[in-house]
Amino acid sequence: MNAVRALLRKDLLLELRAKESVPAMALFSLTTFVIFHFALDRNTVAGSLASGVLWVTLLFAAILGINRLFVAEREQGGFDAFMLAPVDRTAMLIAKACALFIFLTIVELIAVPAFAFLLLEGSILPALPGLIAVLVLANIGIAVIGTLSSAIAVQTRARDLIAPLVALPLLVPLLIASARATQPLLLSGGALSVPTKWIAVLGLYDLVFALLSYAVFDFLLEE
Amino acid sequence: MSEPAIALTGLGRAYGERWALRDLTLELGVGQTLVVFGPNGAGKSTLLRVLATLARPQAGEARVLGKLVPKQGWAVRAKLGFLAHDPLLYRDLTARENLTYHARLYGVKAQRIDELLEAVEMTKRADEPVRTLSRGMVQRMAVCRTVLHSPELLLLDEPVANLDPAATALVSSLVGPTSGTTRVVTSHDPVGGLEQADIALGLRDGRPVLLAPASEVSAADIGALYS
Repeated sequence: MNAVRALLRKDLLLELRAKESVPAMALFSLTTFVIFHFALDRNTVAGSLASGVLWVTLLFAAILGINRLFVAEREQGGFDAFMLAPVDRTAMLIAKACALFIFLTIVELIAVPAFAFLLLEGSILPALPGLIAVLVLANIGIAVIGTLSSAIAVQTRARDLIAPLVALPLLVPLLIASARATQPLLLSGGALSVPTKWIAVLGLYDLVFALLSYAVFDFLLEE
Repeated sequence: MSEPAIALTGLGRAYGERWALRDLTLELGVGQTLVVFGPNGAGKSTLLRVLATLARPQAGEARVLGKLVPKQGWAVRAKLGFLAHDPLLYRDLTARENLTYHARLYGVKAQRIDELLEAVEMTKRADEPVRTLSRGMVQRMAVCRTVLHSPELLLLDEPVANLDPAATALVSSLVGPTSGTTRVVTSHDPVGGLEQADIALGLRDGRPVLLAPASEVSAADIGALYS
Protein backbone atom coordinates (compact mmCIF):
# COMPACT_ATOMS: atom_id res chain seq x y z
CA MET A 1 0.00 0.00 0.00
CA ASN A 2 3.00 2.30 0.53
CA ALA A 3 3.79 2.07 -3.18
CA VAL A 4 0.16 2.85 -4.12
CA ARG A 5 0.21 5.88 -1.84
CA ALA A 6 3.54 7.07 -3.27
CA LEU A 7 2.32 6.69 -6.85
CA LEU A 8 -1.05 8.31 -6.20
CA ARG A 9 0.49 11.23 -4.35
CA LYS A 10 2.94 11.71 -7.23
CA ASP A 11 0.15 11.61 -9.85
CA LEU A 12 -1.97 14.15 -7.95
CA LEU A 13 1.06 16.43 -7.49
CA LEU A 14 1.86 16.19 -11.21
CA GLU A 15 -1.73 17.11 -12.13
CA LEU A 16 -1.68 19.98 -9.65
CA ARG A 17 1.52 21.32 -11.25
CA ALA A 18 0.94 20.59 -14.92
CA LYS A 19 -2.88 20.86 -14.99
CA GLU A 20 -3.02 18.69 -18.10
CA SER A 21 -6.11 16.56 -17.49
CA VAL A 22 -8.78 17.91 -15.14
CA PRO A 23 -9.12 21.44 -16.63
CA ALA A 24 -9.38 19.99 -20.15
CA MET A 25 -11.95 17.42 -19.07
CA ALA A 26 -14.03 20.01 -17.21
CA LEU A 27 -13.88 22.53 -20.04
CA PHE A 28 -14.86 19.86 -22.56
CA SER A 29 -17.89 18.91 -20.46
CA LEU A 30 -19.06 22.52 -20.06
CA THR A 31 -18.60 23.25 -23.76
CA THR A 32 -20.48 20.11 -24.76
CA PHE A 33 -23.43 20.97 -22.51
CA VAL A 34 -23.57 24.45 -24.06
CA ILE A 35 -23.50 22.87 -27.54
CA PHE A 36 -26.32 20.47 -26.60
CA HIS A 37 -28.29 23.37 -25.13
CA PHE A 38 -28.31 25.11 -28.52
CA ALA A 39 -28.14 22.11 -30.87
CA LEU A 40 -31.20 20.37 -29.40
CA ASP A 41 -33.13 23.60 -29.90
CA ARG A 42 -34.96 23.33 -26.60
CA ASN A 43 -34.50 24.89 -23.20
CA THR A 44 -34.71 21.73 -21.17
CA VAL A 45 -34.30 17.98 -21.52
CA ALA A 46 -35.57 15.18 -19.32
CA GLY A 47 -35.68 11.40 -18.90
CA SER A 48 -33.71 9.27 -21.33
CA LEU A 49 -32.54 12.23 -23.44
CA ALA A 50 -31.14 14.05 -20.40
CA SER A 51 -29.50 10.87 -19.16
CA GLY A 52 -27.95 10.20 -22.57
CA VAL A 53 -26.61 13.75 -22.88
CA LEU A 54 -25.07 13.57 -19.41
CA TRP A 55 -23.37 10.19 -19.85
CA VAL A 56 -22.10 10.64 -23.39
CA THR A 57 -20.54 13.95 -22.34
CA LEU A 58 -18.94 12.51 -19.20
CA LEU A 59 -17.66 9.49 -21.12
CA PHE A 60 -15.96 11.56 -23.82
CA ALA A 61 -14.54 13.90 -21.18
CA ALA A 62 -13.13 10.83 -19.43
CA ILE A 63 -11.38 9.82 -22.66
CA LEU A 64 -9.32 13.03 -22.46
CA GLY A 65 -8.06 12.01 -19.02
CA ILE A 66 -7.50 8.40 -20.11
CA ASN A 67 -5.32 9.57 -23.00
CA ARG A 68 -3.04 11.50 -20.62
CA LEU A 69 -2.93 8.98 -17.77
CA PHE A 70 0.44 7.37 -18.59
CA VAL A 71 2.05 10.12 -20.68
CA ALA A 72 4.40 11.31 -17.91
CA GLU A 73 5.48 7.72 -17.26
CA ARG A 74 6.26 7.20 -20.93
CA GLU A 75 7.89 10.54 -21.71
CA GLN A 76 9.79 11.12 -18.47
CA GLY A 77 11.04 7.63 -17.69
CA GLY A 78 8.44 6.92 -15.02
CA PHE A 79 7.86 3.39 -16.32
CA ASP A 80 11.55 2.48 -16.06
CA ALA A 81 11.86 4.04 -12.62
CA PHE A 82 8.81 2.12 -11.42
CA MET A 83 9.95 -1.16 -13.01
CA LEU A 84 13.29 -0.82 -11.21
CA ALA A 85 11.64 -0.47 -7.82
CA PRO A 86 11.06 -3.51 -5.60
CA VAL A 87 7.27 -3.13 -5.55
CA ASP A 88 4.28 -5.09 -6.81
CA ARG A 89 3.43 -3.88 -10.30
CA THR A 90 -0.30 -3.89 -9.65
CA ALA A 91 0.41 -0.92 -7.36
CA MET A 92 0.51 1.15 -10.53
CA LEU A 93 -2.90 -0.15 -11.68
CA ILE A 94 -4.48 0.70 -8.34
CA ALA A 95 -2.82 4.12 -8.08
CA LYS A 96 -3.64 5.13 -11.67
CA ALA A 97 -7.26 3.96 -11.31
CA CYS A 98 -7.57 5.94 -8.05
CA ALA A 99 -6.08 9.02 -9.72
CA LEU A 100 -8.51 8.76 -12.65
CA PHE A 101 -11.40 8.23 -10.23
CA ILE A 102 -10.43 11.43 -8.39
CA PHE A 103 -10.09 13.36 -11.68
CA LEU A 104 -13.55 12.19 -12.78
CA THR A 105 -15.08 13.13 -9.44
CA ILE A 106 -13.63 16.65 -9.60
CA VAL A 107 -14.89 17.06 -13.17
CA GLU A 108 -18.36 15.89 -12.18
CA LEU A 109 -18.47 18.36 -9.28
CA ILE A 110 -18.25 21.04 -11.97
CA ALA A 111 -20.06 19.35 -14.85
CA VAL A 112 -23.19 18.04 -13.12
CA PRO A 113 -24.29 21.44 -11.70
CA ALA A 114 -23.57 22.99 -15.11
CA PHE A 115 -25.66 20.27 -16.77
CA ALA A 116 -28.52 20.93 -14.37
CA PHE A 117 -28.28 24.69 -14.93
CA LEU A 118 -28.10 24.53 -18.73
CA LEU A 119 -30.34 21.58 -19.56
CA LEU A 120 -32.67 20.56 -16.70
CA GLU A 121 -36.05 22.09 -15.95
CA GLY A 122 -36.32 21.65 -12.21
CA SER A 123 -33.86 21.27 -9.37
CA ILE A 124 -31.45 18.35 -9.45
CA LEU A 125 -31.36 18.12 -5.65
CA PRO A 126 -34.07 15.40 -5.29
CA ALA A 127 -32.16 13.24 -7.76
CA LEU A 128 -28.79 13.83 -6.12
CA PRO A 129 -28.50 10.82 -3.73
CA GLY A 130 -29.33 8.35 -6.48
CA LEU A 131 -27.21 10.20 -9.02
CA ILE A 132 -24.19 10.17 -6.69
CA ALA A 133 -24.50 6.39 -6.28
CA VAL A 134 -24.61 5.91 -10.07
CA LEU A 135 -21.72 8.33 -10.62
CA VAL A 136 -19.52 6.57 -8.06
CA LEU A 137 -20.16 3.12 -9.55
CA ALA A 138 -19.68 4.41 -13.11
CA ASN A 139 -16.47 6.24 -12.13
CA ILE A 140 -15.01 3.03 -10.71
CA GLY A 141 -15.69 1.24 -14.00
CA ILE A 142 -14.35 4.08 -16.14
CA ALA A 143 -11.25 4.34 -13.93
CA VAL A 144 -10.47 0.64 -14.18
CA ILE A 145 -11.16 0.31 -17.93
CA GLY A 146 -9.47 3.66 -18.56
CA THR A 147 -6.30 2.59 -16.78
CA LEU A 148 -6.20 -0.69 -18.65
CA SER A 149 -6.81 0.97 -22.05
CA SER A 150 -4.32 3.73 -21.38
CA ALA A 151 -1.63 1.24 -20.36
CA ILE A 152 -2.19 -0.60 -23.66
CA ALA A 153 -2.33 2.57 -25.76
CA VAL A 154 0.72 4.28 -24.28
CA GLN A 155 2.97 1.53 -25.65
CA THR A 156 1.88 2.41 -29.19
CA ARG A 157 2.75 5.35 -31.40
CA ALA A 158 -0.87 6.38 -32.02
CA ARG A 159 -1.85 6.35 -28.36
CA ASP A 160 -4.43 9.17 -28.74
CA LEU A 161 -6.31 7.00 -31.24
CA ILE A 162 -5.77 3.63 -29.62
CA ALA A 163 -7.00 4.58 -26.12
CA PRO A 164 -10.56 5.51 -27.20
CA LEU A 165 -10.66 2.62 -29.68
CA VAL A 166 -9.89 0.19 -26.86
CA ALA A 167 -11.83 1.91 -24.09
CA LEU A 168 -15.11 2.91 -25.76
CA PRO A 169 -16.29 -0.57 -26.82
CA LEU A 170 -15.47 -1.88 -23.34
CA LEU A 171 -17.38 1.02 -21.78
CA VAL A 172 -20.58 0.51 -23.79
CA PRO A 173 -22.17 -1.80 -21.17
CA LEU A 174 -21.27 0.74 -18.48
CA LEU A 175 -22.80 3.55 -20.54
CA ILE A 176 -26.03 1.60 -21.03
CA ALA A 177 -26.31 0.72 -17.34
CA SER A 178 -25.45 4.26 -16.18
CA ALA A 179 -27.90 5.89 -18.59
CA ARG A 180 -30.70 3.47 -17.68
CA ALA A 181 -30.04 3.95 -13.96
CA THR A 182 -30.03 7.74 -14.31
CA GLN A 183 -33.09 8.04 -16.57
CA PRO A 184 -35.78 7.82 -13.81
CA LEU A 185 -33.85 10.36 -11.74
CA LEU A 186 -34.15 13.01 -14.45
CA LEU A 187 -37.84 12.72 -15.36
CA SER A 188 -39.62 16.03 -15.78
CA GLY A 189 -42.33 15.08 -13.24
CA GLY A 190 -39.76 14.57 -10.48
CA ALA A 191 -37.14 12.01 -9.56
CA LEU A 192 -38.08 8.38 -9.05
CA SER A 193 -35.82 5.90 -7.26
CA VAL A 194 -32.81 4.34 -8.98
CA PRO A 195 -33.61 0.92 -10.51
CA THR A 196 -31.64 -1.61 -8.44
CA LYS A 197 -31.22 -3.85 -11.47
CA TRP A 198 -28.96 -1.34 -13.20
CA ILE A 199 -27.07 -0.56 -10.01
CA ALA A 200 -26.37 -4.27 -9.68
CA VAL A 201 -25.20 -4.41 -13.32
CA LEU A 202 -22.81 -1.52 -12.66
CA GLY A 203 -21.47 -3.19 -9.51
CA LEU A 204 -20.96 -6.48 -11.32
CA TYR A 205 -19.27 -4.74 -14.26
CA ASP A 206 -16.87 -2.97 -11.87
CA LEU A 207 -16.03 -6.21 -10.10
CA VAL A 208 -15.44 -8.23 -13.28
CA PHE A 209 -13.20 -5.62 -14.91
CA ALA A 210 -11.30 -4.90 -11.69
CA LEU A 211 -10.42 -8.60 -11.44
CA LEU A 212 -9.60 -8.82 -15.15
CA SER A 213 -7.35 -5.76 -14.96
CA TYR A 214 -5.60 -7.13 -11.88
CA ALA A 215 -4.92 -10.36 -13.76
CA VAL A 216 -3.46 -8.83 -16.94
CA PHE A 217 -1.81 -5.59 -15.80
CA ASP A 218 1.55 -7.21 -14.99
CA PHE A 219 1.83 -8.44 -18.57
CA LEU A 220 1.05 -4.99 -19.98
CA LEU A 221 4.04 -3.51 -18.18
CA GLU A 222 6.35 -6.23 -19.45
CA GLU A 223 8.62 -5.20 -22.26
CA MET B 1 35.21 -18.66 -3.81
CA SER B 2 32.27 -16.23 -3.58
CA GLU B 3 29.63 -16.04 -6.29
CA PRO B 4 30.29 -13.39 -8.97
CA ALA B 5 28.18 -10.25 -8.86
CA ILE B 6 27.47 -10.63 -12.56
CA ALA B 7 27.72 -13.79 -14.68
CA LEU B 8 26.77 -13.61 -18.35
CA THR B 9 26.77 -16.62 -20.67
CA GLY B 10 26.25 -16.13 -24.42
CA LEU B 11 24.04 -13.13 -23.72
CA GLY B 12 22.14 -11.69 -26.67
CA ARG B 13 19.43 -9.12 -27.16
CA ALA B 14 17.79 -8.07 -30.44
CA TYR B 15 15.49 -5.22 -31.41
CA GLY B 16 13.45 -6.52 -34.31
CA GLU B 17 15.87 -8.35 -36.56
CA ARG B 18 18.93 -6.38 -35.44
CA TRP B 19 21.07 -7.82 -32.66
CA ALA B 20 22.00 -4.97 -30.31
CA LEU B 21 24.07 -7.33 -28.18
CA ARG B 22 25.27 -10.89 -28.85
CA ASP B 23 27.57 -13.65 -27.65
CA LEU B 24 28.64 -11.89 -24.46
CA THR B 25 30.16 -14.09 -21.79
CA LEU B 26 31.86 -12.61 -18.73
CA GLU B 27 32.08 -12.64 -14.95
CA LEU B 28 32.47 -9.69 -12.63
CA GLY B 29 33.43 -10.20 -9.00
CA VAL B 30 31.89 -8.44 -6.03
CA GLY B 31 33.42 -4.98 -5.53
CA GLN B 32 34.93 -4.90 -9.03
CA THR B 33 34.32 -2.35 -11.76
CA LEU B 34 33.56 -3.29 -15.37
CA VAL B 35 33.97 -0.41 -17.80
CA VAL B 36 32.24 -0.83 -21.15
CA PHE B 37 33.60 1.05 -24.13
CA GLY B 38 32.27 1.30 -27.67
CA PRO B 39 30.93 3.73 -30.21
CA ASN B 40 27.27 4.84 -30.24
CA GLY B 41 24.96 1.93 -30.97
CA ALA B 42 27.55 -0.66 -29.89
CA GLY B 43 25.20 -2.19 -27.31
CA LYS B 44 26.42 -0.55 -24.07
CA SER B 45 23.04 0.78 -22.97
CA THR B 46 21.33 -2.46 -23.99
CA LEU B 47 23.72 -4.39 -21.73
CA LEU B 48 22.87 -2.10 -18.81
CA ARG B 49 19.12 -2.45 -19.45
CA VAL B 50 19.40 -6.25 -19.43
CA LEU B 51 21.37 -6.16 -16.17
CA ALA B 52 18.82 -3.73 -14.70
CA THR B 53 16.03 -6.26 -15.48
CA LEU B 54 14.40 -3.77 -17.87
CA ALA B 55 15.18 -5.71 -21.08
CA ARG B 56 14.71 -9.42 -21.59
CA PRO B 57 17.67 -11.32 -23.07
CA GLN B 58 16.79 -13.28 -26.19
CA ALA B 59 19.84 -15.50 -26.10
CA GLY B 60 22.02 -16.85 -23.32
CA GLU B 61 21.68 -16.19 -19.63
CA ALA B 62 22.31 -13.32 -17.24
CA ARG B 63 22.80 -13.77 -13.52
CA VAL B 64 22.91 -10.63 -11.41
CA LEU B 65 23.82 -10.93 -7.73
CA GLY B 66 23.22 -14.65 -8.07
CA LYS B 67 19.72 -14.35 -9.56
CA LEU B 68 18.58 -15.10 -13.08
CA VAL B 69 17.22 -11.91 -14.69
CA PRO B 70 14.64 -10.86 -15.51
CA LYS B 71 12.92 -14.05 -14.24
CA GLN B 72 14.04 -13.49 -10.64
CA GLY B 73 14.29 -9.73 -11.06
CA TRP B 74 12.07 -9.10 -8.04
CA ALA B 75 14.83 -10.56 -5.85
CA VAL B 76 17.53 -8.14 -7.00
CA ARG B 77 15.72 -4.89 -7.85
CA ALA B 78 16.18 -3.44 -4.37
CA LYS B 79 19.95 -4.01 -4.71
CA LEU B 80 20.38 -2.33 -8.11
CA GLY B 81 21.04 1.33 -8.82
CA PHE B 82 20.56 2.26 -12.48
CA LEU B 83 21.70 5.60 -13.83
CA ALA B 84 20.38 5.78 -17.37
CA HIS B 85 20.77 8.42 -20.09
CA ASP B 86 17.29 9.59 -19.09
CA PRO B 87 17.39 10.89 -15.49
CA LEU B 88 14.07 9.12 -14.68
CA LEU B 89 12.81 12.24 -12.88
CA TYR B 90 9.49 14.03 -13.39
CA ARG B 91 10.13 17.48 -14.82
CA ASP B 92 7.15 19.15 -13.15
CA LEU B 93 8.06 17.91 -9.67
CA THR B 94 10.80 19.46 -7.60
CA ALA B 95 14.04 17.61 -7.03
CA ARG B 96 13.02 16.85 -3.44
CA GLU B 97 9.55 15.64 -4.47
CA ASN B 98 11.13 13.30 -7.00
CA LEU B 99 13.51 11.86 -4.43
CA THR B 100 10.70 11.57 -1.86
CA TYR B 101 8.66 9.59 -4.39
CA HIS B 102 11.56 7.20 -5.01
CA ALA B 103 12.35 6.97 -1.30
CA ARG B 104 8.78 5.82 -0.65
CA LEU B 105 8.99 3.19 -3.38
CA TYR B 106 12.20 1.82 -1.82
CA GLY B 107 11.17 2.30 1.81
CA VAL B 108 14.03 4.75 2.46
CA LYS B 109 13.86 7.34 5.26
CA ALA B 110 13.58 11.05 4.38
CA GLN B 111 16.81 11.80 6.24
CA ARG B 112 18.75 10.03 3.47
CA ILE B 113 17.39 12.55 0.94
CA ASP B 114 18.84 15.46 2.89
CA GLU B 115 22.21 13.68 3.18
CA LEU B 116 22.38 13.12 -0.57
CA LEU B 117 21.26 16.65 -1.47
CA GLU B 118 23.99 17.93 0.81
CA ALA B 119 26.55 15.58 -0.77
CA VAL B 120 25.88 16.89 -4.28
CA GLU B 121 25.40 20.50 -3.08
CA MET B 122 21.82 20.70 -4.31
CA THR B 123 20.07 21.58 -1.05
CA LYS B 124 19.39 25.17 -2.12
CA ARG B 125 17.83 24.15 -5.43
CA ALA B 126 16.00 21.08 -4.10
CA ASP B 127 12.61 22.77 -4.01
CA GLU B 128 12.65 23.95 -7.60
CA PRO B 129 11.00 21.98 -10.44
CA VAL B 130 13.43 19.71 -12.26
CA ARG B 131 12.57 21.39 -15.58
CA THR B 132 14.14 24.62 -14.30
CA LEU B 133 17.48 22.98 -13.44
CA SER B 134 20.50 22.84 -15.73
CA ARG B 135 21.48 19.50 -17.32
CA GLY B 136 24.37 19.12 -14.91
CA MET B 137 22.11 19.70 -11.92
CA VAL B 138 19.59 17.20 -13.27
CA GLN B 139 22.42 14.68 -13.63
CA ARG B 140 23.40 15.28 -9.99
CA MET B 141 19.79 14.64 -8.97
CA ALA B 142 19.75 11.49 -11.09
CA VAL B 143 22.84 10.30 -9.23
CA CYS B 144 21.02 10.92 -5.94
CA ARG B 145 18.07 8.88 -7.21
CA THR B 146 20.41 6.06 -8.24
CA VAL B 147 22.10 5.69 -4.84
CA LEU B 148 19.10 6.63 -2.67
CA HIS B 149 18.58 3.04 -1.49
CA SER B 150 22.32 2.26 -1.10
CA PRO B 151 22.44 -0.36 -3.88
CA GLU B 152 24.99 -3.18 -3.97
CA LEU B 153 25.40 -2.98 -7.75
CA LEU B 154 25.61 0.27 -9.71
CA LEU B 155 24.78 0.31 -13.43
CA LEU B 156 26.00 3.64 -14.73
CA ASP B 157 25.47 4.91 -18.27
CA GLU B 158 28.06 7.65 -18.73
CA PRO B 159 27.62 8.90 -15.15
CA VAL B 160 29.62 12.11 -15.53
CA ALA B 161 28.02 13.23 -18.80
CA ASN B 162 26.98 16.90 -18.49
CA LEU B 163 29.01 17.36 -15.30
CA ASP B 164 31.77 19.93 -14.86
CA PRO B 165 34.95 18.88 -12.99
CA ALA B 166 33.64 20.18 -9.65
CA ALA B 167 30.35 18.31 -10.00
CA THR B 168 32.23 15.19 -11.15
CA ALA B 169 34.23 15.32 -7.92
CA LEU B 170 30.99 15.72 -5.92
CA VAL B 171 29.30 12.63 -7.35
CA SER B 172 32.50 10.58 -7.28
CA SER B 173 32.06 9.54 -3.66
CA LEU B 174 28.56 8.28 -4.50
CA VAL B 175 29.10 6.48 -7.80
CA GLY B 176 32.85 6.66 -8.42
CA PRO B 177 35.58 4.09 -7.75
CA THR B 178 35.66 5.07 -4.07
CA SER B 179 31.98 4.24 -3.57
CA GLY B 180 33.00 0.67 -2.73
CA THR B 181 30.20 -0.94 -4.72
CA THR B 182 30.30 -3.30 -7.66
CA ARG B 183 29.94 -1.18 -10.78
CA VAL B 184 29.25 -1.49 -14.48
CA VAL B 185 30.09 1.81 -16.15
CA THR B 186 29.87 2.86 -19.79
CA SER B 187 32.43 5.37 -20.96
CA HIS B 188 33.90 7.02 -24.04
CA ASP B 189 36.99 8.18 -22.14
CA PRO B 190 39.83 5.63 -22.66
CA VAL B 191 42.18 7.08 -20.02
CA GLY B 192 39.61 7.94 -17.32
CA GLY B 193 37.68 4.76 -18.00
CA LEU B 194 40.67 2.44 -17.73
CA GLU B 195 41.85 4.17 -14.54
CA GLN B 196 38.75 3.07 -12.68
CA ALA B 197 38.27 -0.33 -14.35
CA ASP B 198 39.12 -3.79 -13.11
CA ILE B 199 37.85 -5.32 -16.33
CA ALA B 200 37.52 -3.55 -19.68
CA LEU B 201 34.92 -4.59 -22.23
CA GLY B 202 34.88 -3.23 -25.77
CA LEU B 203 31.75 -3.59 -27.86
CA ARG B 204 31.28 -2.98 -31.55
CA ASP B 205 28.02 -3.69 -33.39
CA GLY B 206 26.78 -5.53 -30.33
CA ARG B 207 29.70 -7.98 -30.26
CA PRO B 208 32.43 -8.13 -27.60
CA VAL B 209 35.67 -7.40 -29.43
CA LEU B 210 37.77 -6.75 -26.33
CA LEU B 211 37.45 -8.31 -22.89
CA ALA B 212 40.46 -8.25 -20.59
CA PRO B 213 41.73 -7.09 -17.20
CA ALA B 214 42.12 -3.33 -17.42
CA SER B 215 45.81 -3.59 -16.54
CA GLU B 216 46.37 -5.43 -19.83
CA VAL B 217 44.52 -2.89 -21.97
CA SER B 218 45.94 0.38 -23.29
CA ALA B 219 44.15 3.58 -24.25
CA ALA B 220 45.21 2.85 -27.83
CA ASP B 221 43.31 -0.47 -27.70
CA ILE B 222 40.20 1.42 -26.65
CA GLY B 223 40.78 4.10 -29.28
CA ALA B 224 40.85 1.38 -31.94
CA LEU B 225 37.23 0.53 -31.11
CA TYR B 226 36.18 3.92 -32.44
CA SER B 227 38.22 3.91 -35.61
